[in-house]
Amino acid sequence: MWRRSKHACLRATQFAKLLFSPHLADSSYLHISTGLHLPALLSADVQSTCDAGESTGIRIVSGVYMNWKRPLNQQFWKHWQRGLATSPGATKVFRDPRFAKLEESDVQHFQEIVGDKGVIVDSSELEVANTDWMNKYHGQSQLLLRPQTTQQVAEILKFCNSRCLAVVPQGGNTGLVGGSVPVFDEIILNLGAMKSILSFDEVSGILVCEAGCILENLDTFVGTKGFTMPLDLGAKGSCQIGGNVSTNAGGLRLLRYGSLHGNVLGLEVVLANGTVVDMLGTLRKDNTGYDLKQLFIGGEGTLGVVTKVSILTPPKLASTNVAFLACEDYESCQNALKEAKKQLGEILSAFEFIDRPALDMALCHLEGTRDPLPSKHNFYLLVETTGSNEAHDKEKLDAFLEAGMELGYFVDGTVAQDSTQAGSFWEIREGISEALVKAGAVYKYDLSVPIKSFYRIVEDLRAQLGNAAVVVAYGHLGDGNVHLNVSAPKYDEQLLAKIEPFVYEWTAACKGSVSAEHGLGFMKPHALHYSKSEEAIHLMEGFKKLLDPKGILNPYKVLPACAATSTCFVSV
Amino acid sequence: MKIMVAVKRVIDYAVKIRVKPDKSGVETANVKMSMNPFCEIALEEALRLREAGHASEVLVVSMGGAQCSDTLRTALAMGADRAIHVSTSHSLFPLTVAKLLQALATSEKPNILLLGKQAIDDDANQTGQMVAGLLQWPQGTFASKVQMDKEAVGSVTVEREVDGGLETVKLQLPAVITTDLRLNQPRYATLPNIMKAKKKTITQITPEQLGVQITSDLEILEVFEPPKRKAGVIVASVDELLDKLKNEAHVI
Repeated sequence: MWRRSKHACLRATQFAKLLFSPHLADSSYLHISTGLHLPALLSADVQSTCDAGESTGIRIVSGVYMNWKRPLNQQFWKHWQRGLATSPGATKVFRDPRFAKLEESDVQHFQEIVGDKGVIVDSSELEVANTDWMNKYHGQSQLLLRPQTTQQVAEILKFCNSRCLAVVPQGGNTGLVGGSVPVFDEIILNLGAMKSILSFDEVSGILVCEAGCILENLDTFVGTKGFTMPLDLGAKGSCQIGGNVSTNAGGLRLLRYGSLHGNVLGLEVVLANGTVVDMLGTLRKDNTGYDLKQLFIGGEGTLGVVTKVSILTPPKLASTNVAFLACEDYESCQNALKEAKKQLGEILSAFEFIDRPALDMALCHLEGTRDPLPSKHNFYLLVETTGSNEAHDKEKLDAFLEAGMELGYFVDGTVAQDSTQAGSFWEIREGISEALVKAGAVYKYDLSVPIKSFYRIVEDLRAQLGNAAVVVAYGHLGDGNVHLNVSAPKYDEQLLAKIEPFVYEWTAACKGSVSAEHGLGFMKPHALHYSKSEEAIHLMEGFKKLLDPKGILNPYKVLPACAATSTCFVSV
Repeated sequence: MKIMVAVKRVIDYAVKIRVKPDKSGVETANVKMSMNPFCEIALEEALRLREAGHASEVLVVSMGGAQCSDTLRTALAMGADRAIHVSTSHSLFPLTVAKLLQALATSEKPNILLLGKQAIDDDANQTGQMVAGLLQWPQGTFASKVQMDKEAVGSVTVEREVDGGLETVKLQLPAVITTDLRLNQPRYATLPNIMKAKKKTITQITPEQLGVQITSDLEILEVFEPPKRKAGVIVASVDELLDKLKNEAHVI
């Protein structure tokens, strides 16, 4: 079988060389990760390639292979295709031939810019940088750069733009949609070495720092001054502020402090051609001209590389209370939310939702966790209050808990008596993601839906999948954001076909968002049309072409046209 | 059988401690306070003994200012039957606390007096031992296991964590037991119990009513932070290392 496929490989390569450009027959292509079910792919692929309007050399090649009707096994195809996380029928991604290949002279040039320390070609370090946190996406970059100053970032990008070398900006590499790792051999531009805190105003709470600062370190630093970062997420020990800004990270406290679009006061970004745009204002109010930084917040590194951030931090209030409550049905959870907003008002700082399967997953795979309540229930709520007066907050919390129990919204619950107990409740909630990764393969969906329908999608998906996989749901109920996860022993195309586009269509039907806070990355460009209109997407493509005409910044991601590679770019 | 548990309100375990600028003590204003973790373990053990049928009542006691009632409410929410608050504004040191506990034990007549091995604010590790001496009761300190036999009524077996390993002692009741970290994992106070605790009684009593004179046998002179760790020095050779150890650090 192996010899036959090797033979087929050689034949195919020769055939390609005859007809098409040399790039195609090159073997430096990405290999797929796991669980690719080829027959299903191949049949789906024919449809997409035939339908594609402009046929480039790449597409015709795949059409030709279909006609051979040879048993092509994975060993052969793995050098040509990548399709793990895209749905069947979505366009398969091929390396864009417009991007140059990395050469020794390029590496030497980079060494001159960032010094020896900033150029990493060690294979074990590259392996880590090439792999995303979920171990789902694997790039094949040959070069990792770690600049120490904005000037170096500018010089690197200017050079890459002139040579047409693709670049992936990378921070803590904790993203969940494959947006922070290369798809093929893009150069990884890691900002982790730029980790200085530049200034902090103790009266206004405005922090200015470089993009490579780790969120938890920033929180500790402003904590010593009596302030707290306006965002908090499970990845805080590894994620960097530049990445948080580029993905418009949400997190656990969005309910209280709002999104980064409101809290970021200024940015310094470097554009694809090396231009440094200094918008690093520290002003709360500044209505002079268009608010350009908003494009880069959530731009996922496709419009520019964020190098410095100016962010407003709220004061750190002394009194926090955390309650872990159990509800019998989803209706009670909604009622509890309404009651909490009414009774707790301005001191409410988090309102999280966990269903029983999610709690079981966390208790099973996370060490040292235990069920806070003595008996099992269907739904759990984690309610946090933050205020300046302990007595006042306790009174409000007691009133809320009494009302909730009397009205039957929650059937049981517990209030953390000290910070260790509070920490253990949060450990459970923040660790569910990690537990799911430990459990095996996980398909993650991050949806914004009307709060009334929040749980119906979970029930519908469970009915759809039956025993094939475990569906768990948890999330920021206060924001209407559900993290829908499907856990299976391994990645499986057939399972994926049952999940997508069902989940996206369901979300589109209630006008929800197919990616509430995770972004589009590599995983979801094909789903963008479920939540945004054609005109809006067209406008986004216009911005991309304006700010990055050669498309070197984080290619194959975010916009559907870029994911399809060939239609994204004007002639070089 | 009655069990009495003594609990102390201390600065929360996770809070970063700051010394007051006048060095008279540690900053406690606007700082989160909670029950001493070892006292929580003691209370949990008492509750487990009651649930196993060895005791009929768990009585919890705390001493200090008005805010002690918060800690006592937590204890009642965890499941204690009733609480006593010894109300005083004096600063309390282990010997005074031991005398107050002695007076309470004499009037309440518990069979077991459970305490945490030490408080995380003063790390004194004295109260349990002192009160056992005052009452002339046997003591099992640093308990990592407490066992009561239905057959061997009138005694309790305590496994203690000592430097050399584990030591098992059998104590005649009434006895004093102080608890160590590995004894148990305290339960969370559940909502229905928190609601019920609001209605349970906290008896107020003063040291005078117990007949104890509060004398300050200790005086805190100064509280200061430990010196900041100095940067290390890299030495070029073993000889240099030996020289520095001998002549600078004076350790050899």
